[in-house]
Amino acid sequence: MSGSGGNWVIKGARLLGGDPADILIRGGMVEAIGPGLGEPGAQVLDANGLIALPGLVDLHTHLREPGREDAETVETGTRAAALGGFTAVHAMANTDPVADTAGVVEQIWRLGRQAGHCDVQPIGAVTAGLGGTRLAELGAMADSAARVRVFSDDGRCVSDAVLMRRALEYVKAFDGVIAQHAQEPRLTEGAQMNEGEASGRLGLTGWPAVAEEAVIARDCLLAAHVGSSLHVCHVSTAGSVEIIRWAKGKGWQVTAEVTPHHLLLTDDLAASYDPVYKVNPPLRTRADVAALRQGLADGTIDCVATDHAPHPLEDKETEWNTAAFGMTGLETALRVVHEAMVETGLLDWAGVADRMSARPAAIGRLVGHGGPLAASTPANLTLYDPRPREAVDPRAHASRSRNTPFAGMVLPGKVVATFLRGSPTVLDGKLA
Amino acid sequence: MKRHLISAADLTRDDALLILDTADELARMADRPIKKLPTLRGRTVVNLFYEDSTRTRISFEAAAKRLSADVINFSVKGSSVAKGESLKDTAQTLEAMGADAVVIRHGASGTPHRLASWVRGSVINAGDGAHEHPTQALLDAFTIRRRFGRGGGATAAAGRRREVGSGVPGAGDGALDGLRVTIVGDVLHSRVARSNVLLLHTLGADVTLVAPPTLLPIAVDTWPCTVGYDLNAALPKSDVVMMLRVQQERMNAAYFPSVREYSRRYGLDVARMGQLPEHAIVMHPGPMNRGVEIAAEVADSPRSTIVEQVANGVSVRMAVLYLLLGGAGAEK
Repeated sequence: MSGSGGNWVIKGARLLGGDPADILIRGGMVEAIGPGLGEPGAQVLDANGLIALPGLVDLHTHLREPGREDAETVETGTRAAALGGFTAVHAMANTDPVADTAGVVEQIWRLGRQAGHCDVQPIGAVTAGLGGTRLAELGAMADSAARVRVFSDDGRCVSDAVLMRRALEYVKAFDGVIAQHAQEPRLTEGAQMNEGEASGRLGLTGWPAVAEEAVIARDCLLAAHVGSSLHVCHVSTAGSVEIIRWAKGKGWQVTAEVTPHHLLLTDDLAASYDPVYKVNPPLRTRADVAALRQGLADGTIDCVATDHAPHPLEDKETEWNTAAFGMTGLETALRVVHEAMVETGLLDWAGVADRMSARPAAIGRLVGHGGPLAASTPANLTLYDPRPREAVDPRAHASRSRNTPFAGMVLPGKVVATFLRGSPTVLDGKLA
Repeated sequence: MKRHLISAADLTRDDALLILDTADELARMADRPIKKLPTLRGRTVVNLFYEDSTRTRISFEAAAKRLSADVINFSVKGSSVAKGESLKDTAQTLEAMGADAVVIRHGASGTPHRLASWVRGSVINAGDGAHEHPTQALLDAFTIRRRFGRGGGATAAAGRRREVGSGVPGAGDGALDGLRVTIVGDVLHSRVARSNVLLLHTLGADVTLVAPPTLLPIAVDTWPCTVGYDLNAALPKSDVVMMLRVQQERMNAAYFPSVREYSRRYGLDVARMGQLPEHAIVMHPGPMNRGVEIAAEVADSPRSTIVEQVANGVSVRMAVLYLLLGGAGAEK
């Protein structure tokens, strides 16, 4: 798809949930926003009652291609992203082969351009082959056509303190950021779920909060020491929020994300032993959920990132211990944030736009995304109907995988339309 | 009673007492020349064992056969994944064979839950990972009841009858109200401990766990029991002391400094046995590490119920199969 979406007039959308206005899109750009706009020959979209948000940006998506096309492809994953209101996703590096060279990141970047449902910004691996022993060619990935700025060994922690220090230092040369999957490996050997009351009762090996918090604390100190940028992936505990709040208070360059599932679900769901609830980091307690919501509301946690982790049925229809970690999330993220943050009064829609578009685009050094919704900006936007409340139906999802923990859960809202540089990728809730 | 027996928490006090009373009746049969009942004729019981456990498998097999059920032993060495067949495929195979009950032993916690969602028959948990082993807890409760003369068939019960104050609720119904049970050892990894804490609490016993802090779950204070680190302090206040097996792999994983130190602090030797009240009994779910958690002289002493536990296992498992399958069978 190219920018041949033609011209559009979106009538009566509530900008960031505020007053209704018309949005005129021409040549892939927002040309004007205001009352009573019209344009001869333009297609008109009646957005009465819909909320207009800048196109959502996901900092943490597993598209699985290359290597696990049975779970997801760039094509299916970006369709899911568009249906979820996203106009850009960051594709995590733990593919097969690993995205640790300029060649692989360019391949993923090109696949994204061909798919056209949203922009795909590859993330590069920090260490060669995610091996955790020597740096990947970070500079080559940064200089490639994919212009990688975010580097992560996600799924594995860069646990070696010296290697983490060097990575943080090295990426300063091209304004990069290291996105850390914070998990002390020795404290989490064989870990299956949050260590607490539920793990003790269920006899599942615990994944203690301290294994995340200790690494975050160390990395904040390292980032401060070398004057570089640290991004903390999928923060899941109350203690992590406190440490990040402290680090930010010092003025250090630390940012953080939280997943939708950690904002809504708790570890007692493991009592079903249904591995659809098995995820890394694990679902935590009610107190953790409350602290994460508070942290996202007060800006300690910068953004929501899905950690969309598709898995084929056979990797989840097993015993808990052998099942894969991960949950899909692209198609439910905005609805979950609506439920967890907006319905609770913790964020307004301007806040949602900040945490799901502006901040992740800024952390990802992504040009052309993240809003604001204003004239003379690229027409990346999402129209969201906050009124319906419906059960989540995984069969309707475009993702190739069905491992959503929200199946059957009644959630508010519906993504009605998504525009990528003026072209609709989603119209009337369906792929355009 | 529920259709499956997966956790000791599935059992109400009445359910548990019904199983124990039924086991008492069935145990009397064991003294007859012909030990077999026709109750489960034509029903199929599958023993699905993913872990080696001769003792438990034979116990279930004997129980099913004495009730005239057809028994299929389905032993899978190693994990299902290693064998290349998923648990779900196995479940579908069992369905096709028309299994009325599946007795499952598996190294992964929660596997009986998963199986129960894929088969129509009753699922009986014969031990899943570090989660539960409810029939072990039932046979332990049965053994305690007999030794303390609390059983429904109390006249046959061996051991010393313990005076119970009139204020103790439910004391007359064959429960374990007021009995002090101390469970010692690797609670963290023990399915036997989890099931026993739940069941013995349901039956009114006061349970105390004693272990090195490294072998207790983080939130053990939320369990319906008290917790201590000092075995010497707990023994004089124990009517029952239950020693847990120290698994070989824990010995090498820094849960405690050495086997000798463990044995000195948490092993039950003759001197420690002397601190027990005169009427107290010593239990062990087996298999034992003689000289580690229990001294040979203790294991072989008259206080020890270890051999009785094995014998009682058959009666209790007969009762479980009978109650899960027998009653329903008449209506089908």
